[in-house]
Amino acid sequence: MNDTLNHIAFGWYPYFALTVFLCGSLLRYDREQYTWKTGSSQLLRRRQLTWGSNLFHVGVLLIFAGHFFGLLTPIWVWDMLGVSHSFKQGVAIVVGGVAGLMCLVGIVMLTHRRLTDSRILKHSSFGDIAVLLLLLTQLLLGLSSIFVSLGHMDGHEMVKLMSWAQGILTLQPGASAYVADVHPIFKAHLLIGMTIFLVFPFTRLVHIWSAPVWYLGRRGYQVVRTHRKGARGVGAPAQPAE
Amino acid sequence: MSNFLDRLTFFNRMTDEFSDGHGITTDDDRSWEDGYRKRWQHDKIVRSTHGVNCTGSCSWKVYVKGGIVTWETQQTDYPRTRPDLPNHEPRGCARGASYSWYLYSGNRVKYPLVRSRLLKAWRDARVLMTPVAAWKSIVENPQKRASYVSKRGLGGFVRAPWDEVNELIAAANAYTAKTYGPDRVFGFSPIPAMSMVSYAAGSRYLSLLGGVCMSFYDWYCDLPPASPQTWGEQTDVPESADWYNSGFLILWGSNVPQTRTPDAHFYTEVRYKGAKSVVISSDYSEASKFSDMWVSPKPGTDAALGMAMGHVILREFHIDRQPDYFRDYARQYTDMPMLVRLVKQGDHYVPERFIRASDLAGALGEANNPDWKTLAFDETTGNLVVPKGSVGFRWGEKGKWNLEEKDAKGEPTRLRLSLTDVKDDVASVAFPYFGNREHDYFQGTDHPSVLTRNIPVKKLQLTEGETLVASVFDLFVANYGIDRGLGGTNIAKSYDDMEPYTPAWAEKITGVPREQIITVAREFAKNAEKTKGRSMVIVGAGLNHWYHMDMNYRGIINMLVMCGCVGQSGGGWSHYVGQEKLRPQSGWTPLAFGLDWNRPPRQMNSTSAFYAHTDQWRYETLDVSEILSPTAPAGPWDGALIDYNVRAERMGWLPSAPQLQENPLGIKAKADAAGLEAKDYVAKSLQSGDLKLSCEDPDNPKNWPRNLFVWRSNLLGASGKGHEYFLKHLVGTKHGVLGKDLGVEGQRRSSEVVWHDKAPEGKLDLLVTLDFRMSTTCMYSDIVLPTATWYEKDDLNTSDMHPFIHPLTAAVDPAWQARSDWEIYKGIAKAFSKVAPEVLGVEQDVVLTPIMHDSPGEIAQAFDVKDWKKGEIEPIPGRTMPAVTVVERDYPHLYDRFTSLGPLMDKLGNGGKGMSWNTSHEVEFLRKLNGEVQDGPAKGMPRIQTAIDAAEVILSLAPETNGEVAVKAWESLGGFTGRDHIHLAIPKEDEKIRFRDVVAQPRKIISSPIWSGLESDKVCYNAGYTNVHELIPWRTLTGRQQLYQDHLWMRAFGEGFCVYRPPIDTKTIKPIIEERPNGEKQIVLNFITPHQKWGIHSTYTDNLLMLTLSRGGPIVWISEDDAVKGGIVDNDWIEAYNTNGALVARAVVSQRVKNGMCMMYHAQEKIVNVPGSEMTGQRGGIHNSVTRVVTKPTHMIGGYAQQAYGFNYYGTVGSNRDEFVIIRKMSKVDWLEGAAPDATIDDKTGKLETAS
Repeated sequence: MNDTLNHIAFGWYPYFALTVFLCGSLLRYDREQYTWKTGSSQLLRRRQLTWGSNLFHVGVLLIFAGHFFGLLTPIWVWDMLGVSHSFKQGVAIVVGGVAGLMCLVGIVMLTHRRLTDSRILKHSSFGDIAVLLLLLTQLLLGLSSIFVSLGHMDGHEMVKLMSWAQGILTLQPGASAYVADVHPIFKAHLLIGMTIFLVFPFTRLVHIWSAPVWYLGRRGYQVVRTHRKGARGVGAPAQPAE
Repeated sequence: MSNFLDRLTFFNRMTDEFSDGHGITTDDDRSWEDGYRKRWQHDKIVRSTHGVNCTGSCSWKVYVKGGIVTWETQQTDYPRTRPDLPNHEPRGCARGASYSWYLYSGNRVKYPLVRSRLLKAWRDARVLMTPVAAWKSIVENPQKRASYVSKRGLGGFVRAPWDEVNELIAAANAYTAKTYGPDRVFGFSPIPAMSMVSYAAGSRYLSLLGGVCMSFYDWYCDLPPASPQTWGEQTDVPESADWYNSGFLILWGSNVPQTRTPDAHFYTEVRYKGAKSVVISSDYSEASKFSDMWVSPKPGTDAALGMAMGHVILREFHIDRQPDYFRDYARQYTDMPMLVRLVKQGDHYVPERFIRASDLAGALGEANNPDWKTLAFDETTGNLVVPKGSVGFRWGEKGKWNLEEKDAKGEPTRLRLSLTDVKDDVASVAFPYFGNREHDYFQGTDHPSVLTRNIPVKKLQLTEGETLVASVFDLFVANYGIDRGLGGTNIAKSYDDMEPYTPAWAEKITGVPREQIITVAREFAKNAEKTKGRSMVIVGAGLNHWYHMDMNYRGIINMLVMCGCVGQSGGGWSHYVGQEKLRPQSGWTPLAFGLDWNRPPRQMNSTSAFYAHTDQWRYETLDVSEILSPTAPAGPWDGALIDYNVRAERMGWLPSAPQLQENPLGIKAKADAAGLEAKDYVAKSLQSGDLKLSCEDPDNPKNWPRNLFVWRSNLLGASGKGHEYFLKHLVGTKHGVLGKDLGVEGQRRSSEVVWHDKAPEGKLDLLVTLDFRMSTTCMYSDIVLPTATWYEKDDLNTSDMHPFIHPLTAAVDPAWQARSDWEIYKGIAKAFSKVAPEVLGVEQDVVLTPIMHDSPGEIAQAFDVKDWKKGEIEPIPGRTMPAVTVVERDYPHLYDRFTSLGPLMDKLGNGGKGMSWNTSHEVEFLRKLNGEVQDGPAKGMPRIQTAIDAAEVILSLAPETNGEVAVKAWESLGGFTGRDHIHLAIPKEDEKIRFRDVVAQPRKIISSPIWSGLESDKVCYNAGYTNVHELIPWRTLTGRQQLYQDHLWMRAFGEGFCVYRPPIDTKTIKPIIEERPNGEKQIVLNFITPHQKWGIHSTYTDNLLMLTLSRGGPIVWISEDDAVKGGIVDNDWIEAYNTNGALVARAVVSQRVKNGMCMMYHAQEKIVNVPGSEMTGQRGGIHNSVTRVVTKPTHMIGGYAQQAYGFNYYGTVGSNRDEFVIIRKMSKVDWLEGAAPDATIDDKTGKLETAS
């Protein structure tokens, strides 16, 4: 029974969440362009936003990068690079801990702002508040997992999680078995993490897809549109659609 | 195809570089831009306007998208002006642009609504009874009647179908007509020009019924009685484009950029052109920043300022030096050369009436109306002459009523202004002085009540013996206190003398430094001298809403006349208060008042009606002795103010409604039985006391107004002065009156009016309001009918500020169950025709009408005032009492009459302002245009089914929109003046403006003799222009601009000449200021109610956009110093109260406001964000909760040339600015959100239950 539950939660649920995440994002992007936004409340009140938002975003980007590379880099790559599991575990705890604390301070400020400022509260949708609380919970779980990790600095628990993540991503049947016996905090963390993917297309989180990273590589400071079917370079004047 | 796939075109993305790689070209998808494009896409644009009481009259583009009105922008296609004159557009303001909010707002009235208790009673009764019997069973049962009357304003509306409410209303009207008389059915709607067909819908229904149309202009106190007094014209003013022709502009109590926003550009433009401007305003208004000099007098003292400026102008431009232009203007266009009889009063003389031809033996050869022809001396021959143009020439003879410088025999004359050079003697003449009267809040001087000045006189042998006469000019100068070397007391040699009316004296009264007064007066006159009259005064409500507004205005009019500004381009008197010129008036009148079927209509001056029927007279604190002149002629000047009104009504000066205590439908039969004509029967029975006028007993249930229609108006939320008295006595619900009536106080003064110890509460059986939004008035109504908004109906609109006529058109159909006013009244008319036969058939209605201005009857009593009731004269209908006419009403066919143009247009023709012309050709034209009625009682008449049909009637019949009629009208006038005027219209004879023409583009109106200005390629519209340039007399006694008012009552109340009169003491503070302390400090401030900044013109503040821009609820502005005194900081909740009632608002503490005054923008609505009052326990109150109307006897004068009644022309006015309020911070703000005191919440069901 336990195995079945474990398999549903960590074998099936990830695919369900990922499917909704990808298809939902795609559909929303195609169908609901005008809802594709951050939903910033900066216009309503700046108070607490600058600090809260910056701390949160810097922290969460670091955490994202840590999780992305930490979980998805194949183990043999680490081995080849000569990075020991325990060293990696240590780095993960220190960097993740610092980033997590930044993120925590930020998100607490943002949550406090959203819930106590009546003007912003009036403008908040259920999703806006739910996603904040979800992220806050996830963050607290992630931070508390540090104390579990401190109990096995050799990194073997971490390897289990890496194996599971990579197993899911590479469509290995039975990947759920890797995490069958990890600490319940990790399990909760994983579940909520997948839930975040699940709700992603229905919330303001979709703005992550549109993070303006393209600016970094863009050439030129003046952007001029050419006519789609026209000649290259300076062409015929743009026609309004329809 | 797909936003996502489009993003994936990595390989064929065309990009290029330019400017060394600093720029790139891309072919990114651009379809997202459509979102922005679609935001401004629309299906159609429809021309309409805001049928609001705003003179802006701006044409708007209304955008419709998917059947929904989305937004509006200004039209820009007004016909262009001539070179060197800025165009009229842009016109429109941000407030007007907020209007589309109303269409789909929560505030929209969507269905016919009825008070649930009334509807329940009606449905119960209708089960077994016919409609009229059903209504009878409700209103004649005191419990049933009280069950809904006492709940007015307390909610409880339910929906009902149109058919049912129409039947209910019709039954109520029919019952009232049958039981009490049709003149107990009242209707109030203001400003026809803002949507003239909508106005006409209701007034046509009422007029066919025999109901009463109530005036608005006098009631709003926007009517300046000084205008009829001086010019015999209601208010004729320059269009705003004419400001551009001015060289010197004074804005006096008018806030042009705020309240005349679309016109303000002409003011800006003329400033760039180089005109000088002075703004006179107590507060630092938005206009003040435009000025070269801002003058800030104490509120209410403007007459003193005007008199002092006049003093300077007279001294420097008429006495010390005499520019030809000013002298010639005064000689030809004013009454200054006319001679006035002086009579002995004690040791002195007082100016009495003008001498008339009949005063001389042989009447100087004048056989026609010698009593009404004034006299002057010829400067060349020294003879006494009868100059042409006085009112005596207007009636009874042809061709001599003009302003040519000729006498009655046609000999050229040059009238003498001053008698100084030919005097027989010098007489000491007494002038009244009121500036010494005690007032708690106004500074006076201690000069005697009678000022004596010496003036040159001639001795004349009149039929009654040797009499002293003086010219108006000499009396006029003496009145200003100017020393002319003839001796006397209280005259000034220098501007620094402390004598009335020097600048030094005015400095003490007004607080304005004398140097400012002298500078303004001097430069104003100098500009006029150099430019031949291009000095203008734009004057506003800030002056006109005072009790003594006549003095404020005449002080200014005198300045303009002294400087020859009236009737000259760029000059004159620009009174822009609450008036929108109904340009096609004479085409509209027959439609609106059913003159095509019945004449005359019943019309009533609202101020007197509301004064009586809201029982404000029972609380009157102003004693006649307080306003009587110390030089008043002998006479019993006793009684209360309402007694003067009663006298005026029975002498035929003012209208009456209801008219007689008896049902007018029964009088003809009684007359027949007595073998008398109706008019003789009425005269005889009134004299014997068998018949009584209703005005003598307004509280008698027989004399109550029983049904009231309110449409296009927010009577109870905006204009209802004495709001709490309305609620108490007329509406009969919860009210906040804090004072006691005179009966309780033991102060009853009235001698003419019956006193009932218990005043009636709830005179109205039925209050019906038509509106598109749930206004304060709707809240108090029994039935609310959902009307079309300004974007949902077809109608016409004109203004005095520009010369165009343009339409309202239906951009969309009326939403929900709304209908246009035209359709609503048509529906009621139809229901009425169906219901009426139960009790009414073809009836003979005896109608009383006052002696009307511009009619031959206007010359009624030339000398004394004789009252038939006192046995001084016989009651002669139309001369010493109201005229009496029998009118046949065909009640079962009222609908047929409503929807067709009746036979009287063919039979009697059309006309206006004393002129008349045959209009058969136009009727024939309408028969073809609108179609003929095929059968029924109106067979063969032109149809008036739709609002557009109605609009075509107006446009076809009016000279302003039909060139052919204009020619006929000028021809008619030519008969009176003996001069050729048709050259003014001949070039436009073939021009006919039709409804679809104005839908295509606003059209300029055609010049017509109904108005005194011309609209041509050469001049802008300017009032008095044809009087000066076409030599058409003003419609006054003397035929000239009349600066001396010689009527007995004018002299009795000290207003023969303009004088300074301090505001009256309304005595509303002392009885209550110590009564109910709440622990906070109290301050007493003058209560001023100017126009909105955050509302569509004077009303419509309940609009989310406007509320968002302002503070979102009621506000009162106070000065910083007063705020400190009252311990008030900005945004505090405060209460303003006096014996009239109380209101709550938030304080706006501002440097803008002058100490001692507070300002509450009017019509802030009781329905938005208003908490309860600590004083009354009722919700808030509105700005009129602390006011009460006080009438003025001089406004009741009638039958005396220009001082004769006309609907919205003359009559009592509802002034309100002399009022003071106690302001204090509220200690507790109670939002009154619990259940009503008589309601309980059932514990089990949670249902709200009210005691029945």
